[in-house]
Amino acid sequence: MTLSGTIFDIKKFAIHDGPGIRTTVFFKGCPLNCWWCHNPEGLKAELETLSVRVRSADSNSPHADKKEIVGHQVTVETVMEEIEKDVIFYDQSGGGVTLSGGEPLMQEEFLCALLEACKSRRINTAVDTSGYARWTLFERISGLVDEFLYDLKLIDDEYHSKYAGVSNELILENLRKLSEKEEKVIVRIPMIPGITDTGLNLEAIIGFLAPLKSIREIDLLPYNKLAEDKFKKFNMTSKLGQLPAQTEMELNDKAELFRVHGYSVKIGG
Amino acid sequence: MNERIKRLRQQSLDAVPYISMERAELLTRFYESETAERVSVPVARAFAFKYLLENKQLCINEGELIVGERGPAPKATPTYPEICTHTMNDFDVLHNREKVSFNVTDDAREIQAERIIPFWSGRSIRDRIFGEVDEEWKAAYDAGIFTEFMEQRAPGHTVLDNKIYKKGFLDFRKDIQLSLQDLDFYSDPEAFEKREQLKAMDLAADAIMLFAKRHAQELKVLAKNEADPQRKNELEQMARICECVPANAPETFWEALQYYWFVHLGVITELNTWDSFNPGRLDQHLLPFYERDLEAGILTKERARELLQSFWIKFNNQPAPPKVGVTAKESNTYTDFCLINLGGVKETGEDAANELTYLILDVIEEMRLLQPSSMVQVSKKNPDRLLLRALKIIKTGYGQPSLFNTDAIVPELVRQGKSIEDARNGGASGCVETGAFGKESYILTGYFNLPKVLEIVLNSGIDPMTGKQIGVGSGDPKDFKTFDDLFEAFEKQLRYFIDVKIKGNNIIERLWATYLPAPFLSILIDDCIRKGKDYNNGGARYNTSYIQGVGMGSITDSLTAIKYHVFDNHNLNLSEMFEALNADFDGFEQLRQTLIDETPKYGNDDDYPDQILRRIFESYFEAIDGRPNTKDGHHRVNLLPTTCHVYFGSVVGAMPDGRKAGEPLSEGISPVQGADRKGPTAVLKSAAKIDHLRTGGTLLNQKFTPQVLADEDGLVKLAHLIRSYFKMDGHHLQFNVVTAETLRKAQKEPDKYRDLIVRVAGYSDYFVDLGVELQNEIIKRTEQGLQ
Repeated sequence: MTLSGTIFDIKKFAIHDGPGIRTTVFFKGCPLNCWWCHNPEGLKAELETLSVRVRSADSNSPHADKKEIVGHQVTVETVMEEIEKDVIFYDQSGGGVTLSGGEPLMQEEFLCALLEACKSRRINTAVDTSGYARWTLFERISGLVDEFLYDLKLIDDEYHSKYAGVSNELILENLRKLSEKEEKVIVRIPMIPGITDTGLNLEAIIGFLAPLKSIREIDLLPYNKLAEDKFKKFNMTSKLGQLPAQTEMELNDKAELFRVHGYSVKIGG
Repeated sequence: MNERIKRLRQQSLDAVPYISMERAELLTRFYESETAERVSVPVARAFAFKYLLENKQLCINEGELIVGERGPAPKATPTYPEICTHTMNDFDVLHNREKVSFNVTDDAREIQAERIIPFWSGRSIRDRIFGEVDEEWKAAYDAGIFTEFMEQRAPGHTVLDNKIYKKGFLDFRKDIQLSLQDLDFYSDPEAFEKREQLKAMDLAADAIMLFAKRHAQELKVLAKNEADPQRKNELEQMARICECVPANAPETFWEALQYYWFVHLGVITELNTWDSFNPGRLDQHLLPFYERDLEAGILTKERARELLQSFWIKFNNQPAPPKVGVTAKESNTYTDFCLINLGGVKETGEDAANELTYLILDVIEEMRLLQPSSMVQVSKKNPDRLLLRALKIIKTGYGQPSLFNTDAIVPELVRQGKSIEDARNGGASGCVETGAFGKESYILTGYFNLPKVLEIVLNSGIDPMTGKQIGVGSGDPKDFKTFDDLFEAFEKQLRYFIDVKIKGNNIIERLWATYLPAPFLSILIDDCIRKGKDYNNGGARYNTSYIQGVGMGSITDSLTAIKYHVFDNHNLNLSEMFEALNADFDGFEQLRQTLIDETPKYGNDDDYPDQILRRIFESYFEAIDGRPNTKDGHHRVNLLPTTCHVYFGSVVGAMPDGRKAGEPLSEGISPVQGADRKGPTAVLKSAAKIDHLRTGGTLLNQKFTPQVLADEDGLVKLAHLIRSYFKMDGHHLQFNVVTAETLRKAQKEPDKYRDLIVRVAGYSDYFVDLGVELQNEIIKRTEQGLQ
């Protein structure tokens, strides 16, 4: 029997999830529950049935409710079939596959099988992770991953627990260990106004990263309001409320904080 | 851009296109003369050409550096009554229509009614064509199965090579004389006809030199009366230039531009050739002059820029000739498809991009004019910085330049029998059509409505719009047991209509060769002089006739829907499908949603529909490719629509892909609007499943939101996307970089968006000048970018 997993999307021509043109596979299920989550469909590990409004055949009531199933149960082979379709683009651009979510490390066997399949076909791999997984799992996959996109949100553990739903102890520890192993890691910081983008938090991140010599690249992910509609669709309310998005200048100022310490910083990943 | 160019550019933008009767009157006066009756047809054409150039009013605009207008003023647009004699109703339509209108004065109406119509009615090529084609052709034409390019405009689609930069018209006259001397009246039965053609070419050469001399005289007078010493000096210099060229080969950058411009005016005055005319590989042709002049200290980069800008404005001053009827529907635009080629490879196969390529790209970016169009040929040998430079212009949302794959163009031409050198010196013109520049007459003969053929199949040979039997019997579709049965019927009907079209082409080609030779154009295209044959009669080295397939996405998705639901999944039978189609889905909305949302669609890199696409392409190719035309050349296929997918859509009822009656078809080889749901890589993969190398051009439109291209990283990734498509032999790719929101705003408040140029299909146009259906369709085209 072939191994299968649960995903909620495969996105092609992903150009903000690592080098080159990529295909991003979104795993379903996440141990965190961030207030600003952009992919609420990735939170629950199981398939969900939603009621969505659609165009209707009846012109008297132009909308109807239609059941939509979020998530698919897929085999490694099916996913690889989709991934392999874009090999010509990966080769041309130095791109590959990004496994994201949700939290890809929550589906260990499926993740490993996919990574192995990619490696055996010489496809570049990136894993976009919250870092919230046992270290042995990182050890298991490290040889199969060309690049970790590692989310770092808040250094203050109390805040982290409040806004992300879990302690950051394991996350920081794993990042430290990955750096010691000299794995290629790009740290990605979601810039949530007043929460993660504060001077205090960013300085704390810089302080934490200072001893991790192998980490040289930072992506700052600007806050945007796209998630709001998604939350509505899932009948969830965003605890975040309405926040003003940062201006380009503000983002550049924040990027500068990292640049003066020698980091290469991209805004938007 | 300096003050002078700003002023000239504004003058061009502000000029309102109007019908000038000058050409029609002069031409008529000549044909009423005795000379016209005494001489052979080609010689009469040449005399007529000379008469036009001797007598037309000259126009030298204040401050301009390149002189010569087709009409008496910028955007004064002539008519060509010997080709299409406009009726009074045509004039009303041209004057009153909302889009692409031309002012028609009362004087013009009077001249048309009293002088032009009485003389040309029945003699125009349009009248002759409709008199000579058979009933089957007319029935198919009326039903919108195909269009006919030559019913209002002359065979053209041709581009110049580098010959005018090496030879003057005095040299061409010598070549003509040599050819005349070589005529062999003892053993060549065509010797007399050749002599007449060559005499005509000689007269036409004389005419263009006279035209330049007239400008020289006028410039001298202007110089004499000019108070400003600087302008006086310029005018004197321009007078000297017009005395030198085109009689002699050009010696400077400025002379080269002015020379080309006289040639351009000659071609578009002689006849209203499709795709006006085109200097082709401008960065190659002008480079030796640019380098030499810079070294000699007689040119600066800034002056070269200014001259190029002045040259650009001249193109914008010449709207496409007025089109009416089906021709207006298939190509409804002021643009006349002059497509400047940049980049690509040299004759030797080396990277051809040079300093001038980048300077011309600067000019394109700065001028932002509707005409001329521009494109960059991207070969694997061209540096990435060339592609990135082009993308930086594209990202501004101007729709130019479009991108072509040299590494597809060259093998396309070689497959058709061109030498590798002629192929490398070639490129694409018009929308996307490949050609051996300066050596080929490649005629687009008409668009072909692929989805309409299926509609005829589903109605057993009857056009449901009219109830007339226009097809052949291909069986009662209710009896089809398998998808193959259906597909065979489709192929049978397709071959029938292609036969009808080709028979028509072979009649129409002879009419043009017989009644409207083009002696001036013949001088410019190898090997007309050597062969003593006219451009319209097989004089060119290569002679190709294209039939342009339209609606690949729509026909693929329609056949796919039938295969998927009727024959493979059996959740629908053909009778139910017919019922829904006949009702235009009224009362079948549920079914329509299934057809739209739950059916495999072309454009998603899904082999299920894409294999059907391949099969359709093969059938279309087999029906056309290699069949002889009357000029010792062959019929070939290409896949592009200009604006014809809107017209063709208007004559096709509801289709099995869920499209409602009358809606536009898919354009080019782009997926049906909104059917591509897996992003641009999937679209490109699907599109690459067509064998581009066996076409003479395909057109693929992609729309990106500006965000994708906001930063350098995004541009680099887009460049990789393009390179990947070109690796897969993709022929052409063009981008619209606008938000749907912007377009909707422009629809509501057109006055605020007069300058908004969008990519339509093979060319760019002012968004507000497009018909509302086309506007809606462009809005609908999938936005491929990330949010």
